[in-house]
Amino acid sequence: MTKIETQLSAGPPTEATALEEAMAAFRRRADREGLVEVAWTELDTPVGPMLLATTDEGLVRVALSRAEVDLFLEDLADNISPRVVEHPKRLDTVRKQFDQYFAGRRTSFDVPVDWRLSHGFRREVLETLYTQVPFGHVVSYKELADRVGHPRASRAVGTAMATNPVPIVVPCHRVLRTGGALGGYGGGLDMKLHLLRLEGALLS
Amino acid sequence: MGLPAFQTVLDEHGPALHRYLVGAVGIHDANDCFQETMIAALRAYPTLPHDDNIGGWLFTIAHRKVIDAARANGRRPVPVGVMADSAGPVHDAPALFDDDLWSRVGGLPSKQRSAVLLRFVADRPYCEIAVALECSEAAARQNVRAGLQRLREDVK
Repeated sequence: MTKIETQLSAGPPTEATALEEAMAAFRRRADREGLVEVAWTELDTPVGPMLLATTDEGLVRVALSRAEVDLFLEDLADNISPRVVEHPKRLDTVRKQFDQYFAGRRTSFDVPVDWRLSHGFRREVLETLYTQVPFGHVVSYKELADRVGHPRASRAVGTAMATNPVPIVVPCHRVLRTGGALGGYGGGLDMKLHLLRLEGALLS
Repeated sequence: MGLPAFQTVLDEHGPALHRYLVGAVGIHDANDCFQETMIAALRAYPTLPHDDNIGGWLFTIAHRKVIDAARANGRRPVPVGVMADSAGPVHDAPALFDDDLWSRVGGLPSKQRSAVLLRFVADRPYCEIAVALECSEAAARQNVRAGLQRLREDVK
């Protein structure tokens, strides 16, 4: 490369914050014009960074780890709309409620949930869990199967929990094995323990 | 598998797009052009064919916004050397840069300027530059060559 080409490749003189400002201005305008069909953001919690996404209808997705961000975005684009843009402000209310929850100052989430990523039987199970198993309570896979009127469907209930698009808000961490064994959890068993202790549902 | 999330497009192409626009219209107009380009892109995005060259497509929109911005400002290309003495903003970039090289880039004919910026500042391959400038790949190469040639001559 000649000197001119090298100089060109270094880019024009600009301010370090210019790109960030341009991005922020774009985000604000995109939102104002209703072009952000899915807004997402990162959330710091005592159990690690998580990801949140909302549509106009409500909270549509919670990912329990930042590690899956590529999959998270791809999933939103494929199943809702490719107009997915990071927009922390749209999730301010949700963020505040998560902060309060993790600080032990909130026992239920008061945000609309967009259920569109869950279907059929799984959705029925998750909605039942959401409305019937409050903070500090636990239920077994079997009991939950009973509650939706399919007493032999514990295994399918387990699958419904594993595919929960909005964990924590829809409290799949409150579902245990009969007899009290922890069962599984998407965010890992340590996280499940943390949440249950936070809610006072487990001794120590 | 459909289109990637628009966020991926922002992350992948945002920085290069911004550098390109700063080079093309100067730092003051770059933010507006960036916004205009990304808004237009986001609006059209869901209808983009899945196998389309997203980078080429995005820079096509950007190139048009650069032309729009120049028109809106009543600017027109002027011979190199003139703008340094002129009172008003006669051209996009030059009045906004003290740096000699970037002033000279601003003085290039618009197609050569975009070609040079896309190639070196935004680091785009020739196939994408051709899409962005709506010309053949050979013409894209020719514009880059001619632009560089002119920049070298100006040094002498």
